[in-house]
Amino acid sequence: MTNTAGPGGGIKLTIEGASKNFGGVRAVVDVGAEIREGEIFAIIGPNGAGKTTMLNMISGFYHPDEGSINFEDHDISHMGPSEIAALGIARTFQNIALFRGLTVLDNLMLGRNVLMKTGVLSAFMYWGAARREEVEHREKCEDIIDFLKLTDLRKTPTGALAYGLQKRVELGRALAAEPQLLLLDEPMAGMNQEEKEDMVRYVLDVNQEWGTTIALIEHDMGVVMDISDHVMVMDMGEKISQGTPDEVRADPKVIEAYLGTTDNKEVA
Amino acid sequence: MFHRESGYFKTTYQADMALYPLPIGRYAIIAVGVVFFILCPFFLGEYYLSIINLVAIAVVGALGLNILVGYTNQISIGHAAFMSVGAYTAANLATKLDLPFWITLPAGGAMAALIGMLVGIPSLRIKGLYLAIATLAAQFIIEWIINHTPTISGGVAASIEMPRPVFFGIELANQAELYYFLIVIAAIAIVGALNLVRSRIGRSFIAIRDQEIAAEIIGINVFKTKLIAFGISSFYAGVCGVMYTYYLGVANYENFQLITSIDYLAMVIIGGLGSVLGSIFGAIFITMLPIAIRLIMESVGTIFVDDAALAQVIAQFRLIIFGGLIIVFLIVEPDGLAKLWQNIRNYFRFWPFSY
Repeated sequence: MTNTAGPGGGIKLTIEGASKNFGGVRAVVDVGAEIREGEIFAIIGPNGAGKTTMLNMISGFYHPDEGSINFEDHDISHMGPSEIAALGIARTFQNIALFRGLTVLDNLMLGRNVLMKTGVLSAFMYWGAARREEVEHREKCEDIIDFLKLTDLRKTPTGALAYGLQKRVELGRALAAEPQLLLLDEPMAGMNQEEKEDMVRYVLDVNQEWGTTIALIEHDMGVVMDISDHVMVMDMGEKISQGTPDEVRADPKVIEAYLGTTDNKEVA
Repeated sequence: MFHRESGYFKTTYQADMALYPLPIGRYAIIAVGVVFFILCPFFLGEYYLSIINLVAIAVVGALGLNILVGYTNQISIGHAAFMSVGAYTAANLATKLDLPFWITLPAGGAMAALIGMLVGIPSLRIKGLYLAIATLAAQFIIEWIINHTPTISGGVAASIEMPRPVFFGIELANQAELYYFLIVIAAIAIVGALNLVRSRIGRSFIAIRDQEIAAEIIGINVFKTKLIAFGISSFYAGVCGVMYTYYLGVANYENFQLITSIDYLAMVIIGGLGSVLGSIFGAIFITMLPIAIRLIMESVGTIFVDDAALAQVIAQFRLIIFGGLIIVFLIVEPDGLAKLWQNIRNYFRFWPFSY
C-alpha cells in the first residue's frame, strides 16, 4: 500500500447546487462543494444544519431535488444506495447500524459483499470457486481486523460489544469494501477521550496509508480543525463558509452561526 | 457432548471456516449418518421408517421456510401453497410426460420458486404483518387456481395418482424402499442450507433481517436479495411437496392447505428461527407430536372418555397442545429448541468447571 495521501489530487466528488426539501422544510439549499482525492473533508455546523441530509444524498438515500452530485465520472444524483456502494462509496452511521446478530468477522465479510460474486448454486454447494472466494475475502477481512485491533473479538456477536468498539467495527465494515470515498457520520459521537483519540488515529491511518478520501461530519471542533484538509460549514441548510481549517475559524459568518450575532450580544 | 475447542489449532482460514471445525463434530456427524443410513433401516420396521420419512419431508419444508422467515425475516403464511405447486407440477410431469423423479423433483422446486418469487414481489414495499396477509392471500389464490383448473388438478377430485419413483430400474414401492430416497434428499437439503447460510448469499439474507438500511448501504440490492430468499425458500417448499407426493402416491391439494402452512411456521418457531439445526428439531418435534399424543391418549385417555369419543378428543387435543406449545416457546424460549441445545452444549463446554 503506497502513500498516495495528501490533497492536491484530482477531484473525487463534485456537488453542484444541491437542494433538498422535505415538505416545507428546506433541509439543504443550493450547496456546492468539491472533495479532492486523498483529502479529509469535514462538514460542520449546528444541529439541524443539513449535514446528515448532505451525506444521505451522497450515499443515495435521498436524491437532490435540484442540482447534481458527481462521483468521478458518474452522475450519482439519482442512483440507489446499493449502486453507489458498488462504485466505491462506503459510509458509517451516526446511530450505529451494525448487523447485531452477526459476529465482527461476518459484519466485515458483509462489507465485502459488493466485491463478491458467488451465486446461489455455487453457494449451495460451497465448493471450488465459492470456497476460494470466501477464503480470499476472509484474508482481506483479517487485515482490517488486525488494523483495527479487533483480533480477539472477531467471533463475538457485535450486539454484545461496547459502544466504542461497535463504532470501530462499523468503520471496519465500511473499510472492508475498499472504498474510494469514505463517509463518516459523527464517528466520534458519544466517545470518551481515549476512544476519540483511537478513532482519530484510525481515520488518519486510513487516509494516509490507503489514500482513501474521507468526508466526515463531526461536532468535536478540536478534532475537525486538527485533521481536516478542508472544512465546509453549514447552517440552516446553506453553506456559509468553506476553506482550510484556519480560514474557516477566522470567518465572521462561522462565528456568527456558532455564537450568535454581535447585535444579539449587545442586546443581551 | 464434550464440545471443547482447546488443543485444536487451525492453521488455515479454510479449516476455521469448515462446517465442523472440531473433530468431535465430525465424529458426531458420521455417527448420525451411520444411525440413519445403516442402523435405522436395518432395525426399524416399516411403520417407524414411515415416520422418519415424514420427518425427512418436513425437514426440507421447514428448512425452506426458515431461510425465508428465520434468516431473511420475510414472513410467509402461504408456504403450503408453494408445496402444492411443486406437488402438482411433479405429478403432471410424471403422469403426462412419464418423467423420472430426478427431473420432477427439481422441476417441481423450480416451478414453486417461480411462483414464490412472484408472491415475493410485494415484499419490497410491504413488511411484517402486511406481507403475512399478502402471502395468506397467495395461499388461497393458488389453492383456488389449482382446484379449479382441471388441466392442473386432474379432474373433479383434484387429485392425481403419482407413479412410484424408479431408481435404476427398481421401483420404490413401500416405505422402507422410499426411506433412502427421501432421506438422501433431506440430507442434501440440510447440507445445502448450511452452505447457503455461511456464504455470501446467506449473509446478505441476515443483513436484511438485522438492518435493512445498512444492508442497502453496503451494496446489497435489497429487492433482489429478498426475491432470491423467496425463490430458494419456495424451491425447498416445492421439493418438499414433491417428496410428500411420492410418499403418499397421490397429489392432493387437501394436504397443502392453510393449516399445513401454520404447521410449518410452528416448526420453525419451536425449532428456532434462523437456525438450520432448529428447522430439523422443529420438523422432528411437530411431526412426532401428534403421534406421541395419540400413543399417550390411547393408553390413558380411555380412563376419561369412552372409546367412541377418543378419536374426536385426540384430534382436538392435538390442536390445543399445539397452540399452547407455540405460546410457551414464544415466551420462554423465543429462540426455540436450537437455543436449548446450544445451552446444553455451552454448559458442557466448561463442565465440570463452570467458571
